[in-house]
Amino acid sequence: MTAETAAAIRSGPVARRPMFRRRSAIPGFTLTLGVTLTVLSLIVLIPLSAVVLKAAELSPAQFVDVAFSERAMAAYRLTFGAAFVAAVINGVFGVLTAWALVRYEFPGKALVNALVDLPFALPTAVAGIALATLYSPNGWVGAYLTPLGIKAAYNATGVTIALVFIGLPFVVRTIEPVLRDLADDVEEAAASLGAGRISTILRIVLPALGPSWLTGFALAFARGVGEYGSVIFIAGNMPYKSEIAPLLIIIQLEQFEYASAASIAVVMLSASFLMLLVINAVQAWARRFS
Amino acid sequence: MARPRRSTDDAAWAKITIITLVLAFLSLVLILPLVAVFAEALRKGVGPALDAVSNPDAVAAIKLTLLTAAITVPFNVVFGLCAAWAVAKHEFPGKSLLITLIDLPFSVSPVVAGLIYVLVFGLQGWVGDHLVNNDIKIIFAVPGIVLATIFVTFPFIARELIPLMQEQGTSEEEAAVSMGASGLYTFWRVTAPNVRWGLLYGVLLCNARAMGEFGAVSVVSGHIRGLTNTMPLHVEILYNEYDFVGAFAVAALLCLLAIVTLVLKTALEVAQPGSRRRGGH
Repeated sequence: MTAETAAAIRSGPVARRPMFRRRSAIPGFTLTLGVTLTVLSLIVLIPLSAVVLKAAELSPAQFVDVAFSERAMAAYRLTFGAAFVAAVINGVFGVLTAWALVRYEFPGKALVNALVDLPFALPTAVAGIALATLYSPNGWVGAYLTPLGIKAAYNATGVTIALVFIGLPFVVRTIEPVLRDLADDVEEAAASLGAGRISTILRIVLPALGPSWLTGFALAFARGVGEYGSVIFIAGNMPYKSEIAPLLIIIQLEQFEYASAASIAVVMLSASFLMLLVINAVQAWARRFS
Repeated sequence: MARPRRSTDDAAWAKITIITLVLAFLSLVLILPLVAVFAEALRKGVGPALDAVSNPDAVAAIKLTLLTAAITVPFNVVFGLCAAWAVAKHEFPGKSLLITLIDLPFSVSPVVAGLIYVLVFGLQGWVGDHLVNNDIKIIFAVPGIVLATIFVTFPFIARELIPLMQEQGTSEEEAAVSMGASGLYTFWRVTAPNVRWGLLYGVLLCNARAMGEFGAVSVVSGHIRGLTNTMPLHVEILYNEYDFVGAFAVAALLCLLAIVTLVLKTALEVAQPGSRRRGGH
């Protein structure tokens, strides 16, 4: 046996080890992955493909006709517009809320902290009827807005209010941990180098929050686009004016226009997937930052 | 004792302004709606509110909601544990794609979630004829409601468990297995104690969503009183009939559910400071 072969034999198992370790010693892989893939396919993937296949029954021209009809376009404008404005409002107040929760002590802070998650826990229909009652022209809040000439229910403003409610925790809860981890010493260094407080916040703190702010914004926006329960009670649901896209799907369905319903759903799904890609990209970008 | 003011402390006026703004905003958006539900429910006193929730249709709705959650949550626990075990304890190609697919229901509108089951199981659907011939009802019946609820709550528990199990690595399980423990025994004695709080957290949020789901269930339910009406759907029907005391009384029950969920969630976070994982759903 030459020295080389001996070395090869000695190093053999070592060289093979990475290959070997690919099979984990922990059992149950085939079973659990099998269950996961089966359930995922049956509950999510196959039913979701049904909506695409149903829409594909239409010719491209027919698809464009129903998916981008004047009424559908008005619904998309309202849905995406209100979701965007609501996400912007949440972007502002979400940062302030996270800031107050992380940096300040004030009476009732624990309660505020728990309440921020209310939209995750409260059924959307309950939020919907409560908001409609509050912001309708003779409601607790609406009554004060009417003399000012502000109509906050049964129009786009109402839709936006409902989506602000739904989206708030997404922004607060994505920003909060980043703000908490943001090292005090960076701010101290900026201050000791002569930066004023405002300039420190604008040039050090806010840029560091950027990626998580964008993630929270995108999550709130994506959730708002699909939201139904909290919106329909306060929306007014007038075609061309205050009718959201998910409601239009239901209306098509009730008229047994399955292919139209599926076409509008395909547009909504495409928008959601786009948002999902954006969120993933932003998060990957954020991870490189931290 | 007051600590000396540091360079990173905000000026008192800034602090007071921000706290005031935040409290005013949260009052308008979160606190007032909650108060309004109870105020409207009790507008005519406790009696009518209690009548509304003990009415036979309301009781049937409560039972259906509990039944739906009682099927959905255990289903998602089993699925979540399987998915997390496969993803976190093993290496395989396509893993990140699988995680994205598990997350998919989060980015699908609840209305679309209902629609897809109508397209599969409805009269005009893929298997509609087969179901009619065998006298099986899924759409406008309880199975459809359960399916739609499972869809919208699908990622809750898996998303809670996957990062938790990944964080904990595989060395403890490998050690147990190398000493001759079976897979199930390893899971039960090694993995489960490590993830039980995260699991509980996921169960809590999954249950709240399962009991409160509206959009998806609304599409597949058919709104048959006493048969396929869940609590949120019952709220809608009463509200649209201008029975506001009734609608808000049932809504108040759902508010209590939300409050209990938040209290338990907060208690869990206090007991397990690491249990809040991410700004999630």
